[in-house]
Amino acid sequence: MEKESPGVPSGQGSQDASRAAEAPGFARAAEAEAPGSAESSPVLVLEHAAKSFGAVHALVDGSIELYGGEAHALVGENGAGKSTLVKILAGVYQPDAGTLLVNSEAVTLHSPAMARAAGIAVIYQEPALFPDLTVAENMFIGRQPLTSGRRIDRRAMRAEAAAIFGTLGVQLDPARIARGLSIADQQVVEIGKAISLDARIIVMDEPTAALSATEVNRLFDVVRALRAAGAAVLFISHRIEEIFAICQRVTVMRDGRQVLTRELDGLVAGDLVRAMVGRELSQQPAEAPAGPGEALLNVERLTREGVFTDVSFTVRAGEIVALAGLVGSGRSEVARAVFGIDRYDAGTVTLRGHALRRGSPTAAMSAGLGFVPEDRRQQGLVMEMSVQQNVALASMHSLRRGGLIRAAAEHALAADWATRLRIKYGRLTDPVSMLSGGNQQKVVLAKWLARKPRLLIVDEPTRGIDVATKAEVHHLLSQLAHDGVGILMISSELPEVLRVSDRILVMREGRLAAEYSRAEATEEGIMSAATGQLDGGSQP
Amino acid sequence: MTATLLRREPPETPAEASSRRLTERVFRIRESGIIVVLALFVAVTAGVQHRFISDTNIQFILVNTTIYALLALGETMVVISRNVDLSVGSVLGMSAYLSADLFGGHHGIPIPLVFAAGLGIGLGWGIVNGLLVAAGRVPSLVVTLATLYIIRGVDILIVGGGMVTANTLPASFTGIPKSTLLGIPDLAIAVAVVVAAGAYYLRSFRSGRELYAIGSNPEAARLTGLPIGKRVLFAFAVSGAIAGVAGVLWAAQYGTVDSTAGTGYELTVITAVVVGGVAIFGGSGSVVGAALGALLLATINSALYVLGVSDFWDQAIFGFLLILAITIDRIISVKLTAALRLRSTRRGT
Repeated sequence: MEKESPGVPSGQGSQDASRAAEAPGFARAAEAEAPGSAESSPVLVLEHAAKSFGAVHALVDGSIELYGGEAHALVGENGAGKSTLVKILAGVYQPDAGTLLVNSEAVTLHSPAMARAAGIAVIYQEPALFPDLTVAENMFIGRQPLTSGRRIDRRAMRAEAAAIFGTLGVQLDPARIARGLSIADQQVVEIGKAISLDARIIVMDEPTAALSATEVNRLFDVVRALRAAGAAVLFISHRIEEIFAICQRVTVMRDGRQVLTRELDGLVAGDLVRAMVGRELSQQPAEAPAGPGEALLNVERLTREGVFTDVSFTVRAGEIVALAGLVGSGRSEVARAVFGIDRYDAGTVTLRGHALRRGSPTAAMSAGLGFVPEDRRQQGLVMEMSVQQNVALASMHSLRRGGLIRAAAEHALAADWATRLRIKYGRLTDPVSMLSGGNQQKVVLAKWLARKPRLLIVDEPTRGIDVATKAEVHHLLSQLAHDGVGILMISSELPEVLRVSDRILVMREGRLAAEYSRAEATEEGIMSAATGQLDGGSQP
Repeated sequence: MTATLLRREPPETPAEASSRRLTERVFRIRESGIIVVLALFVAVTAGVQHRFISDTNIQFILVNTTIYALLALGETMVVISRNVDLSVGSVLGMSAYLSADLFGGHHGIPIPLVFAAGLGIGLGWGIVNGLLVAAGRVPSLVVTLATLYIIRGVDILIVGGGMVTANTLPASFTGIPKSTLLGIPDLAIAVAVVVAAGAYYLRSFRSGRELYAIGSNPEAARLTGLPIGKRVLFAFAVSGAIAGVAGVLWAAQYGTVDSTAGTGYELTVITAVVVGGVAIFGGSGSVVGAALGALLLATINSALYVLGVSDFWDQAIFGFLLILAITIDRIISVKLTAALRLRSTRRGT
């Protein structure tokens, strides 16, 4: 690598040259194992792993076998033990029992660093990057290329990062700081890091949950590139259609046990769902809508400069309106503005004829609006507080006597809603962080339902939730609509949008691009409206 | 220093370097902001009282800055890792007394040995802090608040009602803050070199960058397998050691040391660090900024003295500056995040 000369801006000159060069680790991997090479020995075998936390048996009998060059799906309901298994592979948890073989050698992973050293990389749903460091530094932290003086060689580091992005076919500036990267880009950074580590086993824990359709396709291309290079990909997703689209084999888990492992060829979605829940799942859309009632929410020409423009729509009582569109199209921002979390520059929001004060969630709440945010861990729950406190959080006013919260009333309220929504919990006084993702989401829903809202805004209500709970949530939303509640739902999952909603609004680049009734809506129609009919989801 | 700040950036092609340029420019603005405020204070004060910019007063300000700038260096390393060291004032006090007391007990003791003793005392306390935070997993705010009181308490036990006075100290020792090179105090030069070394370390070495990483996202640092405990322990050890050395310098500068030496310094140092643009929740900031923050505080202190304004205003102005700095940082961070996010989505489609 050439030395930096004083006149040349750092990291600039060498980048184009080095992009042409292959990332070293990646190239080596490609030679080592031809894609789809015949049945060799598995690169990773986990057998009969068990892990308990106190009285909770998170994993009873977890087994998995991964071969180089395959994308292997891991599915199961929430609480089936997938996350625990992933954390064992990541070196975060140490199993109480079981054996782990990597390349036919028994290994014990006492730490994430040891998992990395064993060639295992985990891409989490929401990657934990260092927001203040650059993209390249995020990939190489702790093992940055050094100059002879043991100083960090930033130029080499950036060039190497750029080369890796080149092989993945994605564009990302290695020198920008990670703050503000979209989740899809953050995952790319993590995958790039895995490649730079020469990881042979890449675990993706619900990577598509927060991605738009275009981004999912880009990720699939990356997965194919990884497979072609001989890496084994363990792909976890709740979206069955994705599993059939990208994976070759599947392992199904239920109640902490491996219940099925086989080729996906010859299976249909129903087989997987049956294996996951251990019973048939009703797929019929819940109750037919009771016919739209009076107009509840009126949004008129809502505009926030640079974010969304001229958004107008109505939600009626008993109606489920979906706000679809790509991530970043302004859907969530509109919802947040309607609820008063974010400001807006122009337009009006009225609920049952009364204008809502701008920027005041309190006013929105007292007018009968509820808001279930997208990010339940950050915005929907207080993770340290108990299940019952979280359920009661938005209903404090009705539980108060003399300025104090009545614990008994709080408990009763929470117990009631926990039963109605079938929340699985140990004790209502346990911290909500101990619940699985699906049950946490139910707690957020319970929190708002306890207020008996007239209009409920739900942002990605089933993100990261297993199919059975998802069906329950869908049923619950339909039930609410049946009871006359208006629902504004934001969702990136088109099947969900098509299944649940009465009317579908599609946003693109901050504007309403199209509107469909349930009858006339199709996935293709929504996608082309969302993407402006330019790229129907395929990208190089 | 201003010359480099005003130097124009070399031309770069837009696509590759745009966001890097944006962030770097922001930090450059952040540090030049302090210089602007500094220049403003100097200009206004000098306009009213010409002796403010006399050689002696400038030397006085620089010497006053040195101790704070040193402490700010160690504090910055701790704060960057999303911790805080409240014990530096107490460490300074104990080190000042014990080291100065050495001259009384051991006539002709070599001065470097006294510095080594001060460093050792500070290092010891720094390691205690670091171990409690890193191994004991106790929040640093609580740990160092406790050691602030403990160290001060031990100091009072040792010192009793007594004090070390200047006449027991050798002239070669008390002369350290007074010696100059080309009109610039040797101490200021030495501290500038140390701060530059600190900045270089934090920027160019893996362990330095890891401190930023740890402060930027501790959970990610854990998952990445960074040696968090080791790095945090190191930051506290450095902060303690620096406070120890600063204590010896304090004794040399003031001559008279009793059990109250350095009381309240921790808050001034943290003010300097935050005014200097170091994020109080870690992850970003530079030691140069923190040192400039210390220089600004020392200058304001002197300006008010020269103008005959009461000491009370000193504190009020420090507080005001703190709020100003935090506000500016907040605005910058919000704007920067928005700009960067836009870049990510634009490119993504």
